[in-house]
Amino acid sequence: MADQLLTDITRFRRSPLARLHDRMTAASVTGARDVALREIPFLNMVGIRVRPGSAAAEALAAVAEVPLPAAHGAVTGDPDGVAVVWQGPDEFLLVSQDETVVPLELTETADREPGALISLSTHPLTTQLCRALAGHQESGQVVDLSANRTTLELSGHCARAVLEKGCHLDLHPRVFEVGTAVSTTLGPVQVILWRTAERTWRIMPRASFAEYVAHWLMDAMTEFASSEVP
Amino acid sequence: MLLIECPNCGPRDETEYHYGGEAHVPYPEDPSQLSDKEWAEYLFYRSNPKGLLAERWAHTTGCRRWFNVLRDTVTYEIKAVYAIGEPRPALQADPPQHPRGGTR
Ligand SMILES: [Zn+2]
Repeated sequence: MADQLLTDITRFRRSPLARLHDRMTAASVTGARDVALREIPFLNMVGIRVRPGSAAAEALAAVAEVPLPAAHGAVTGDPDGVAVVWQGPDEFLLVSQDETVVPLELTETADREPGALISLSTHPLTTQLCRALAGHQESGQVVDLSANRTTLELSGHCARAVLEKGCHLDLHPRVFEVGTAVSTTLGPVQVILWRTAERTWRIMPRASFAEYVAHWLMDAMTEFASSEVP
Repeated sequence: MLLIECPNCGPRDETEYHYGGEAHVPYPEDPSQLSDKEWAEYLFYRSNPKGLLAERWAHTTGCRRWFNVLRDTVTYEIKAVYAIGEPRPALQADPPQHPRGGTR
C-alpha cells in the first residue's frame, strides 16, 4: 500500500485567513495615503527555549545559520529567509519560509518504535534543530509552532498610522527601528509586531484571533481611502 | 492606567500584565502538618498595607516572565522593580508623605 501514501500534504491545509484574502485586497488603499494588507500564510515558526551562550544555544544558532538575538526587540537574520525573534531571556521564535517535506520515516512502511521520530514537524529545518538540541545534555526546547500564529503584512505610507490606533508603543522609527519585533497588544489582542522595512510591518496574532485582527485592521484602514480632513 | 516597567521589555501598559498578588509569601515547608486555620492563612490572608506593598506581576502579553514590584497602594506609584527570588529592596528615601484628604 506504500504507493498510495500521500507525500504532498500541502493541498489539504488552509490558512487562518484564507476566507478573507479577497476582502483584504479590496480594503487596501492606493495613492498618497496608501496602505495594504495581506496574509503571508504558512510561515514556518519554531519555538526555541535555550540558555543564551550555552553550547546548545550555539548548536542551534549554527544549524539556523543565524545568531540568537540578545535583547528585547532584537531580530537576527532575514525576514525573507531565516530570522530569529527575541521572546524572552531564554526564549526565541525562529521564523522561516514555508517548506513542507514529509519525513522519510513517516512514508516508509517499516515498523517504527514509538517515539523514534525526533520531531513530527514537516519542516526540514525544524527537524534539524530538534536533532541539534537532542545531541546536548542541557535542557532546552525546540517546538514546531507554525500553526500557532499566522502572519499579516501591513504596508504603505499610512501603515504606522493604522497601527498607532491600537498599539500604545512608540512606533516612530527613532524608537522602533526597522528590524525590531516585540510582543505586545494591538487593540485587545496579543500579537508579535515586527517592522521588516521602513513602511512594512508584520503582525502575528494567534490563529484563533487572526480574523478579528484582520477585521480590526481593515476597519482602521478605511479612513485612508478618503482624503485627509484638514 | 499604570505604566509598569518590565525588567525585560521596559515600560508597558498595565493591561499587558497579569497581577499575581503579594510577593514573598512562602509556600509552607510541610503543608500536611498545617492546621486548617494555618492553611487558610497561607491561602487567603495577606498584609494589605496602606502604603508600600511588594507584589508579583507577569508580563503576559510580552515576555511572559514574572517579576516583583514595590508599589504604594495609596498613590499607585511603583517604587521598585526587582527579580523573583530577590529580597524586597530597602528604599533609600523616607516613607512617602500621603496626602491627607482632598486631591493633590
Ligand atoms: Zn516583558
